[in-house]
Amino acid sequence: MKFTLSWLKDHLETSAPLDEIVETLTRIGLEVEGVEDKAKTLAPYKVAYVISAVQHPNADRLRVCMVDTGEGDPIQVVCGAPNARTGMKSVFAPPGTYIPGKNITLGVGTIRGVESAGMLCSAAELEISDDHDGIIDLPGDAPVGVPYAAYEGLDDPVIEINLTPNRPDCTSIHGIARDLAAAGLGTLKNDAIAPVQGQGACPVSVTIEDEKLCPVFALRLVRGVKNGPSPEWMQRRLLSIGLRPINALVDITNYMTFDRGRPLHVFDAKKVRGNLTVRRAEEGEEVLALDTRTYKLDPGVVVIADENGVESIGGIMGGEHSGCDEATTDVLIESALWDPLNIAQTGRKLGIITDARYRFERGVDPAFTMPGLDLATKLVMDLCGGEPSEALVAGQVPDNRLTVEFPWSEVPRLSGLDVQPSESETILKKLGFGIQGSGERVSVTAPSWRPDIDGKADLVEEVIRIAGVDRIAPQPLPRLEAAVAKPILTLIQKRTRLARRSLAVRGLVEAVTWSFIAKSEAELFGGGDARLALANPIAAELSDMRPSLLPGLLKAAQRNADRGYGDVALFEVGQTFASDEPEGQSIKAAAVRRGTARAEGVGRHWDGRAEAVDAFDAKADVLALLATLGIPSGGLQIVPGGPAWFHPGRSGTLQFGPKNVVGAFGEVHPKVLKALDLKGPLVAFELNLNALPPPKAKPTKMKPKLNLPDFQPLTRDFAFVVGRDVAAGDIVKAAQGAERQLIVGVDVFDIYEGTGIDPDKKSVAIAVTLQPTEKTLTDVEIESVSAKIVGEVAKKTGAVLRS
Amino acid sequence: MTDLNQLERDLLTQVDAAGDEAALETVRVSALGKKGSVSELLKTLGSMTPEERKERGPLINGLRDKVQAAIAARKDTLAEAALEARLSAERIDVTLPVPEAPEARGRLHPISQVIEELTAIFADMGFSVAEGPDIETDYLNFTALNFPEGHPAREMHDTFFLAPDEKGERKVLRTHTSPVQIRTMTSKAPPIRVIIPGRTYRHDSDQTHTPMFHQVEGLVIDKQANIAHMKWVLEEFCKAFFEVEQVKMRFRPSFFPFTEPSAEVDIQCSRKGGEIRFGEGTDWLEILGCGMVHPNVLRNCGLDPDEYQGFAWGMGIDRIAMLKYGMPDLRPFFEADVRWLNHYGFRPLDIPSLVSGLTS
Repeated sequence: MKFTLSWLKDHLETSAPLDEIVETLTRIGLEVEGVEDKAKTLAPYKVAYVISAVQHPNADRLRVCMVDTGEGDPIQVVCGAPNARTGMKSVFAPPGTYIPGKNITLGVGTIRGVESAGMLCSAAELEISDDHDGIIDLPGDAPVGVPYAAYEGLDDPVIEINLTPNRPDCTSIHGIARDLAAAGLGTLKNDAIAPVQGQGACPVSVTIEDEKLCPVFALRLVRGVKNGPSPEWMQRRLLSIGLRPINALVDITNYMTFDRGRPLHVFDAKKVRGNLTVRRAEEGEEVLALDTRTYKLDPGVVVIADENGVESIGGIMGGEHSGCDEATTDVLIESALWDPLNIAQTGRKLGIITDARYRFERGVDPAFTMPGLDLATKLVMDLCGGEPSEALVAGQVPDNRLTVEFPWSEVPRLSGLDVQPSESETILKKLGFGIQGSGERVSVTAPSWRPDIDGKADLVEEVIRIAGVDRIAPQPLPRLEAAVAKPILTLIQKRTRLARRSLAVRGLVEAVTWSFIAKSEAELFGGGDARLALANPIAAELSDMRPSLLPGLLKAAQRNADRGYGDVALFEVGQTFASDEPEGQSIKAAAVRRGTARAEGVGRHWDGRAEAVDAFDAKADVLALLATLGIPSGGLQIVPGGPAWFHPGRSGTLQFGPKNVVGAFGEVHPKVLKALDLKGPLVAFELNLNALPPPKAKPTKMKPKLNLPDFQPLTRDFAFVVGRDVAAGDIVKAAQGAERQLIVGVDVFDIYEGTGIDPDKKSVAIAVTLQPTEKTLTDVEIESVSAKIVGEVAKKTGAVLRS
Repeated sequence: MTDLNQLERDLLTQVDAAGDEAALETVRVSALGKKGSVSELLKTLGSMTPEERKERGPLINGLRDKVQAAIAARKDTLAEAALEARLSAERIDVTLPVPEAPEARGRLHPISQVIEELTAIFADMGFSVAEGPDIETDYLNFTALNFPEGHPAREMHDTFFLAPDEKGERKVLRTHTSPVQIRTMTSKAPPIRVIIPGRTYRHDSDQTHTPMFHQVEGLVIDKQANIAHMKWVLEEFCKAFFEVEQVKMRFRPSFFPFTEPSAEVDIQCSRKGGEIRFGEGTDWLEILGCGMVHPNVLRNCGLDPDEYQGFAWGMGIDRIAMLKYGMPDLRPFFEADVRWLNHYGFRPLDIPSLVSGLTS
């Protein structure tokens, strides 16, 4: 919403300077977005007289001008404009002036050997128009030495406010003035609008088919008008807020729209055939609107039609056919009220943004329907002459005023500011609220221009925004309990945080990738459910809620590789979606490693090889994560093979029993690499943090008793020959189970396939640690345990001791 | 009669002259071995008269002690020299690089870090952390929050919708974290003090907007909480978060469907050379929106607005991260460019706390 200072002063008697007005507007909730004060920005530019303009001695295209600036001696200026000539009036800027159009500050210079102390300016250099063909050429009577902005009438500051949608009353300058007056910045000029005494009935009648969509429609004919350009003061105001003057009749409607927040429409009465009907458009009906575009309508759109068909889109834009032009002699002025919701929907549907729509969808003051028509009629008569008819009113002006029972104590209760009832009352009255009753509790009636008022809280807001939110002193929020703060994070919140730190410690870099991915990617990673597809994705590749963090991470890794960073290790801890229900959302942690980005070190190193990442790097990551999270590894099973997006022979599934799969790790499947256009080596893991078992509840924080055996542990090595497809994990498990009391550790320290071993076999060497608890083991006892281990491993895996 | 002094001088000279352990051993044997010169002298003690023994004994024993001590000292010297020789031969080039530690390579995303910072501050003020799903019902995202029918936010160009279900109802990707206010108020009795960080989505993508972003919301409900308390909470938060002694804030009356009265809050700052500093300067920067929870919202949660009251606020996590840490653009937050992450990310153990400070 834009307006000028002088326009505001039509409605507000005030001596407040611009700065104070601007500051107050923001303070009371009418946020000033910008102020364009040309009087200030163009202050150094003054009207000047070119005493002489002669050819520059050293340059064909330059002239040396002697300029009378209205004070002191004439000033010599070198000017390159083709239109610079002796005897002209133009605009002069002295040295030190900032030239916005050139983004320079003038200095005294010498141009081709001739001194130049200032500049004669073009309109483009002042950024007041695009005209840069030459310097500004002013009429001969322009007064030398007068600030150019004042001479040209550009010195009326333009203020733009960012209006919140709840304040239709401030889509009018009158409404803004009312708010400022309430805030103590002056007095609202609020003269009653005298009804127009029309002659005879309006010859065109109006039928409203649905009064919900159009509660009231007032119309008046003014005969014998002379349309033409509107007066200069009106054109100047419209121009300064960015509106193009058209002709007096149209300009009056635009002027009323801003001055009073009352959009109107004018029909050329001679082009209207028969009577008017306010109705829903028929499917497929078309109208050529004033913006010269043709709109296809449907029954959702409310139109004003005559026997010609649709003449206007109600409350949004008039039709070209019955528009007023310079030839118009009889004008029908419409002042109507429209359903805000329907206007908003229609405007969006047709893609039309107009000042009328902006106001009607927020809610135009119904009580101003008739005064608005009268005021517009008066302006038409003043500017174009003519004879008005009586007004015709179809429908009824609705009474929208809400009365709220209001205890004055509500203001301090919600605001914490002890505003006295008398002050609250003064504020509300100045804003136009009616107050009935007295004492602690009153009835407050909202004015017709405030459809946003809906209860007590709204009244509190009115009082404190005018009284000043600044007056509310911050007050400490008391603690709920006088006690040491309790822990606040839930288990999953703790695990989420810890997971991030844990993975970062392993050299992984955290990424945050989109929650939505391409459908094809979702399908590749076990998703693609229709319920998780967006109806209106912002892009085809961001269409489906992700079932997994891996597609986003894998693609991110590739993007980095494409930029020359191929050894990249990324992780993400974030939400994934299995259904559109809250329970379908879970937090997963996932990581990808590419190239040689191993935890131990990245790239080539003098002390070793540049080893490519493999599935064990991913396994190490996920096991480290589980350990950091304190998940007991006891129940954890690692089962060969994983979901379809992993290499079937180089992946593993993490589970606590077959029904509780919590994650997987491995090398990414070559098909996935191909589908996503990725280059490996790429390994990854993904773990569902929500699926992990919760810690066991314990009555105290006591750790179990520490039992330190008095005897040293001892280690025995065994090398087994087994079939190649026997899992080392099974050998370890079998060895562990051989003598649970004694065996505290089993490590695999060598795997060998090759010479000396059958081609379909491998050698697996394990180190078994025995921890005696009662007494040192004798050789016989050690032998017996060893035999049990060999026996157990043989039984479970078919292994034989390597000879 | 052997001249003990001469013998001592000879032996000590030989000890000093021994160039290695073997030579020293030869000297030792020649002096203190079974047939050694000193040992021979010691043997003569037995055949001496008590008087002689009394006179010669201390001298011979003294000689033995001196020689023994000299040999031990020489042995230490030789060992020292041998160790030195070995160590100087064992030199390695310590300027050779070691692999960069994983702790040095890993990074946390600024969003994660800032959420932990927020949590530390609000936990101290007695707030807990509430969360909710990203896929919300239209009711919780809009209706319960007092968005009127036909509000522009409910349109396809502002909000992401999912496909309609059997009943024709369309779920949405939450456009703000505010639905969690409703979830909290309907599942927990006041007093309520929560912050709600999370991902949010709007159908918007340009230089300064991304279709996905992060918000944190705060909610206080009890029987007294008012705007004065809200101002205190927000000012304390800003001071703690931006780690400055003072902030100047401006509460501008504004409008949100779910609060009344509502305000937008600006924070005063200076901008010098692309750096924003809070607690100084003359510029205002919009940082958050806030207000008293709208009576209709309280009613929608089964709370009587004449009995319960409270306030709520919301701000962009990405935005306050940018303000504090100086990232110029939003889009790279979600592009996973390791150069950006390495630069703007946080080290694995930069754990924000009020005890040791939010930032190191």
